[in-house]
Amino acid sequence: MVADPGLLNLETLWFVLIAVLWIGFFVLEGFDFGIGMLYPFLGRDDPERHALLATILPVWDSYEVWLIVAAGAMFAAFPGWYAGLFSGFYLPLFGILVALIVRGVAIEYRNKHTGGSWRRTWDVAMPISCLLASFLFGVLFAGMLNGLEMDADGLITVGPAALFSGYAVLAGLTFVAVFLLHGALFLTLRTRDELEVRSRRAALLCWPAAAALLTGFLAWTGVRAASPDPQNILVLALISATFLAGVAAGPLVWLRRAGSAFAATSAAILLLVASLLVWLYPRVLVSASPGVQSPTVFSTASSRYTLVAMTIVAIIFVPIVLAYQAWALRVFRARFSRDDFADPPSAADLLRRGPLGGGASDRGATDSTDSTDTTDTTDGEPGGQPGTGR
Amino acid sequence: MTSDALDLARWQFGVTIVYHFLFVPVTIGMAWFVAGMQTAWQRTGKERYLRATRFFGKLFLINFALGVVTGIVQEFQFGMNWALYSRYVGDVFGAPLAIEALVAFFLESTFIGLWIFGWDRLRPKLHLATIWLVAIGTTASAYFILAANSWMQNPVGTRVTEDRAEMVSLAQVFFQPLQVWHFVHTLAIALITAGLLVLAVAVYWLRRGKDVRLFRAVGRNALLVTFVSSVVAIGAGHFQAQILTDVQPMKIAAAEALYESASPAPLSLFAVGPWEKRPERVDVNIELPYALSVLSTNSVDGRIKGINEVQQEYRQQYGPGDYTPIIGTIYWTWRVMITIGFAVLIFSAVGLWLTRKGRPLERARRFHTWAYLFLATPFIAATAGWLFTEMGRQPWIVQGLLFTREAVSPYVGVSSVVFTLVGFTLAYTILGAVEVWLITRAVKKGPEEKFEGASTKAPLPPMLY
Repeated sequence: MVADPGLLNLETLWFVLIAVLWIGFFVLEGFDFGIGMLYPFLGRDDPERHALLATILPVWDSYEVWLIVAAGAMFAAFPGWYAGLFSGFYLPLFGILVALIVRGVAIEYRNKHTGGSWRRTWDVAMPISCLLASFLFGVLFAGMLNGLEMDADGLITVGPAALFSGYAVLAGLTFVAVFLLHGALFLTLRTRDELEVRSRRAALLCWPAAAALLTGFLAWTGVRAASPDPQNILVLALISATFLAGVAAGPLVWLRRAGSAFAATSAAILLLVASLLVWLYPRVLVSASPGVQSPTVFSTASSRYTLVAMTIVAIIFVPIVLAYQAWALRVFRARFSRDDFADPPSAADLLRRGPLGGGASDRGATDSTDSTDTTDTTDGEPGGQPGTGR
Repeated sequence: MTSDALDLARWQFGVTIVYHFLFVPVTIGMAWFVAGMQTAWQRTGKERYLRATRFFGKLFLINFALGVVTGIVQEFQFGMNWALYSRYVGDVFGAPLAIEALVAFFLESTFIGLWIFGWDRLRPKLHLATIWLVAIGTTASAYFILAANSWMQNPVGTRVTEDRAEMVSLAQVFFQPLQVWHFVHTLAIALITAGLLVLAVAVYWLRRGKDVRLFRAVGRNALLVTFVSSVVAIGAGHFQAQILTDVQPMKIAAAEALYESASPAPLSLFAVGPWEKRPERVDVNIELPYALSVLSTNSVDGRIKGINEVQQEYRQQYGPGDYTPIIGTIYWTWRVMITIGFAVLIFSAVGLWLTRKGRPLERARRFHTWAYLFLATPFIAATAGWLFTEMGRQPWIVQGLLFTREAVSPYVGVSSVVFTLVGFTLAYTILGAVEVWLITRAVKKGPEEKFEGASTKAPLPPMLY
């Protein structure tokens, strides 16, 4: 492959697209991870935990697909990048996979049985797996920028220990703290009453740690990236913007502007990932081996035919996907409180609160006699839909 | 890279993909069943179809979760364990994977959320559309992933440069005849798997006399779907095998333990040979004359290449080496799959005959035991089918292009692969047990009690959560 000097080429387009997919994943799953880490602590009893978790139940799965598409797009557009990164970060990725498996199962299975120890088990498993996944994603992203020893074909040759450099570990901690804040802010927007108050307090508590770690990590990145090169000046500008967005979240939530604060953490995550990837470009991994060039988007890209075919598919489907995901987000915009999940809500309660009109209320009569049955079928996702319900 | 790491990586792939494929057919098949039930409810307004929708929908969802979380392992595994493969084939193989994620996974994951939680938030017709979109999404995802697999069996639409395979025709990769039959075969198997599961559940409740009208109808429809699907699966399998005779002659020869080329070639019914990777002979071989020629070439004396001849040809073409898979495994996985296929066909035909002209399924007591027993068969057949497909291709990872031994990640150590292999196996075992427990529990609990608002106009509570 001959390096194309301009920015208008398919390789760069796909690098940008993959960046967008990763950013989408981190912005959306960032608050999922944060909620996963927070909900057992913010929710003091089962209905509260249930309410907190319900804010992401219908959507978490579709957010994880952003990751699957990102990895798939790396495989298809830059096989060399995918092969180098995934085999080189073998154990961190294994950790991520296990964490994602446990988290997914925890979300899906927690409420399928009412037993106390059953739910306690998942309430322990979920925060740990969310913490692990967040941390390891930080290690992975910083790791791409750490010089690593590799062979002439861009496959990383060092063992797992080298992946956990100080810089990478700081990145991991930063990801954890920022996601905690991001999750707390999302909960502030999606809960009511006591839970909303507590979520806001959690956000205020998370903010100093998130701001401090983010500042430290950005400063380190800034020092490493500092050079008069125009690309690195852009990196420094993005880092500064990340800093501003991250730091602004705290005062905003203190001023009770939770929506703006959530927008600020979303922007911080977006800008953080963007600054790292702009700094990386056009490389896809950084070589520390003497005499081995860092692999680039040009040296690892697929053929022109494949890139064009994929571009056509992406142009057609990305807007469609964005449209229905936005719609789903809108459908599930209701705020929850403990009351929505308190026992025992009967089918009739739920129908009465149904958003499609009060007509449902006179259907009355609870006929569920089996108490477990009631819990399973009706314990959750009640009406309370803004717009139609109230 | 050592041969240990290679073997372990192969084991890991085998374990994770076979496990993943226990859930996938259930998910695909059940999505269509649930969509059908909900449509029946919408069209007839009969409450029992609503209760069937939600009851079987619950089983579908418990299973869906594990299909999703084990699927992501497959995607990551190519890069983690098979870096050289990924780099060599990414240009062709990566595209269907990326398109699968973009086109199919987003669709199914977004709309399944809308389906589960949208009962009281979406208008009934819109809500019905969500489950159809889920079914279409799961099926589309099967199509894309099978296109990638078919390409590994028969790499079409591809140009080989000095260091990799490059795509020259997306259409060929997506629509080669082998892929079309591969897909039809797999979709039929998904419907059989779901059909037998639905039947077993229906029988369980019919025996207890609950919801007799509901489960009678559901059980008979499941039998009908299973019957039609097994005809389709056998037919598609036949056409697949005909194509394989051309593109993977070694696989078919091994499947028949046919050492010497023959014209006409007999079909082996039962053969026993020494237990070696590649025995030179078979000891006992009961054969049906002419049958293999007829099946594979549509002519009475069509010539079928034997193992020895194909081995010879490959040596000339690709250099010295052993080009045979493990004969015994291929021979027996092939037979297990085919035997089960025909057994399911007969079983479902008997079931339909027993329930002809409205005869009730609950009266056919002896058939019930068989319904329970047959629940295991599609899982065994699907596992055998995949072992046949993937192990029958060895030593190639991509037929004729790349050897499996040249595909593994060169710098991933044995200890890392052992660690992850143990880790995945352990996690999968625990989760599998949890799922079986949850499904059994949900089955035993039975459908929800009556819905007061079961007309098509009233809001219903969301499912499960």
